[in-house]
Amino acid sequence: MSEVTAPPARPMVALVGNPNVGKTTLFNALTGSFAKVSNYPGVTVERRTGVLRVGTQALEILDVPGTYSLVARSAEEQIAIDAVVGINGERRPDLVVLCADATQLARSLYILLQCQELGVRCMVALTMMDEAGASAPDPRRLSQALGCKVLAVDARHRKGKDLEALGEAMVRALQAPTEPLWRWTPSTTLRDHLRAVRDQLPDSWPRNDGMALWALASVDDDHELANIPERLRRAVADCRLDRALDDEPVLGRWAYLDREITKEVIGKPDRSRTERIDAVLLHRVFGFATFIGVMFLMFMSLFAWSDPLIGVIERGFELAKDGVRAALGAGVVTDFLVDGAISGVGAVLVFLPQILMLFLFLGFLEDCGYLARVAYLMDRIMRTMNLHGRAFVPMLSGFACAVPAVMATRTMERRRDRILTMMVVPLMTCSARLPVYTLVIAALIPASRMVQGLLMVGMYGFSVLTSLVAALVMSKVVRPLKAKRLPFFIELPPYRFPRIGGVLLMMWQRASMFLREAGTVILVCSIALWALLYFPRHLPDGAPNYDEQLQTAPPEARPALQNARAAALLTHSYGGQLGQLIEPAIAPLGFDWKIGVGLIGAFAAREVFVSTMGIVYSVGTDADEGSADLRQALRDERRSDGRPAYPPLVGLALMVFFALACQCMSTLAVVKRETGGYRWPLFLFGYMTVLAWITTFVVYQGGRLLGF
Amino acid sequence: MSRLSEIPRGGTAIVEEIDGVRGFRRRLLEMGLVPGTEVRVVNVAPLGDPLFIEVRGSQWSLRRDEASEIRIRGPRE
Repeated sequence: MSEVTAPPARPMVALVGNPNVGKTTLFNALTGSFAKVSNYPGVTVERRTGVLRVGTQALEILDVPGTYSLVARSAEEQIAIDAVVGINGERRPDLVVLCADATQLARSLYILLQCQELGVRCMVALTMMDEAGASAPDPRRLSQALGCKVLAVDARHRKGKDLEALGEAMVRALQAPTEPLWRWTPSTTLRDHLRAVRDQLPDSWPRNDGMALWALASVDDDHELANIPERLRRAVADCRLDRALDDEPVLGRWAYLDREITKEVIGKPDRSRTERIDAVLLHRVFGFATFIGVMFLMFMSLFAWSDPLIGVIERGFELAKDGVRAALGAGVVTDFLVDGAISGVGAVLVFLPQILMLFLFLGFLEDCGYLARVAYLMDRIMRTMNLHGRAFVPMLSGFACAVPAVMATRTMERRRDRILTMMVVPLMTCSARLPVYTLVIAALIPASRMVQGLLMVGMYGFSVLTSLVAALVMSKVVRPLKAKRLPFFIELPPYRFPRIGGVLLMMWQRASMFLREAGTVILVCSIALWALLYFPRHLPDGAPNYDEQLQTAPPEARPALQNARAAALLTHSYGGQLGQLIEPAIAPLGFDWKIGVGLIGAFAAREVFVSTMGIVYSVGTDADEGSADLRQALRDERRSDGRPAYPPLVGLALMVFFALACQCMSTLAVVKRETGGYRWPLFLFGYMTVLAWITTFVVYQGGRLLGF
Repeated sequence: MSRLSEIPRGGTAIVEEIDGVRGFRRRLLEMGLVPGTEVRVVNVAPLGDPLFIEVRGSQWSLRRDEASEIRIRGPRE
């Protein structure tokens, strides 16, 4: 029995509280930077645990995601109740520490009342005492009113002393007796309902009136909660609560808070600083100007400032590859190490600069309170497409790269909003599409530089349009993404100075999670793709014997022979054969099998299309979009009837295909990671491929009908 | 009876009743928008929506059509 051999479990303390009350700051201060970050199963909510030592005692601390109430309508909101009472796989905490904002006392303590009704052992840590100033409540008086320990904690300034006192208070509070405490009296009708529901609660749940009340308030016909037994759902439905009964607990708790707690707060906290800043930042003219400036800065950081770092990483990997090649000599093992494994690791690490940069920015904006205001400013526009105001930043980041942009959807609290945004972000013109567009425009679109430039701008406009239309259509057609009438009731917290330590910690935690979870998938896919385009490594009968020719050829003829050999090997690789196999499927789009091979290579990353085409066209293994040889080869390519294989129309079709198709395994890997399953990445790949095929078909065949 | 959506920028009102679907009503009630509470419309977003409101010293963003679910008395002089 594992219970016998397991060491005695450390007492568990759950930190609970509203968003923006400094709960995570307190958690970081208590546990140091050694927190364990993982995910709650099935939802994209980070689960942080750490250890606090108080003398000889060690406490396990859990940072419960910020919430305004324990009542839940979704699996995300359900995490709070699971953590507080220890159900659905969560351990039952021995103590709940409620972090209450001293400037928002009554609202912060609403959850405390819910916890007390559930019979959970509680204490209160008052944060933001410095901001409350003269209106700060007296912890001792509050403690008497609430019937539990109340302690003021300043995790920002007086760190050591307050934290020590809090730790000791926690250990003492572990001994406190506990029983349910109700601050209002339910009506007879409600009491009857509570009894009926209580009898149907699962055995593993606390079976008291508090839990029955939670079920009555949370379980509903259209709830999205996990693990609600059918008999409980039926018992709640049988109660047929009317509006008055539904409101009774909320009004009862607020009546108590207004009567007993509001009087502990004298005067109002000073928000004049925030109001002065808002007068500028939310102003019709200056507000938008600042907004554009901040977004431009963020975009530049992704695009331009990450670039040198990306360059360093890429150069580092080139050096490593050269080193390995020199040390091991030619051979299959070397090729695997260099082109499979090392390139695969490089393909993962190359995302780090942008991820770090984006989360650095988002962390600062969130921490100082501006991110909520971005949502406020942009909501009117985003709402038209049934997107959340907070979807703006991820969509904008999509212009740089979909991988960090998908990760940035975490700033939205609702799963539906996050997934809808993830489904459209990959349509934005990311920087990996640029080399493809550059090559195609330069090689195949014979027009003045200005027209070529306008075409590039047009591709950006096209991607914005398609992503917005896609969001609108999906929110109406795809059932889990349908726009429900969910409130856009978000808090605009006071402006605060961001805490650099907390921002850096968060940035690092997110990046390391990307490396651990999405990174492994990307690595495996890179190696698989390498093998696909590498093996079987021999040419069919009748092919020229390149090895023999290379031996006898004069030195100046060798590069051409080597390129021809590489082209032949790629053409006869499994991936090359696959490219030929899919030709009938892509022929209606104007593409031949050579483009097919390029498309398969591009799955590693879109820009790989360019170098794959370089190999196919025997112009060398390191062709880039500026390669004149590759451009000329594409222009010279002829069909069997002598007409050019790639007229301008095919170039346009190719760009449309790249704009719409999900040619990016890393995006799929990160969507898999963020949605916790294969369902959404498969949906994303499926819908984008179908959309790309149909649109390209219309463009190509329509263009031909019009005589292009 | 008037609605919160009709209050001009800078105006205040007292919450009388909240309409709308169950999840929406409860969220607002739990935040303390119970009948009798004073609400101030601090600002309106540059594009005319959403509203920026203040309730019990905290500030929130609320869409105009959601504000029209909040019945009020007042505005207070």
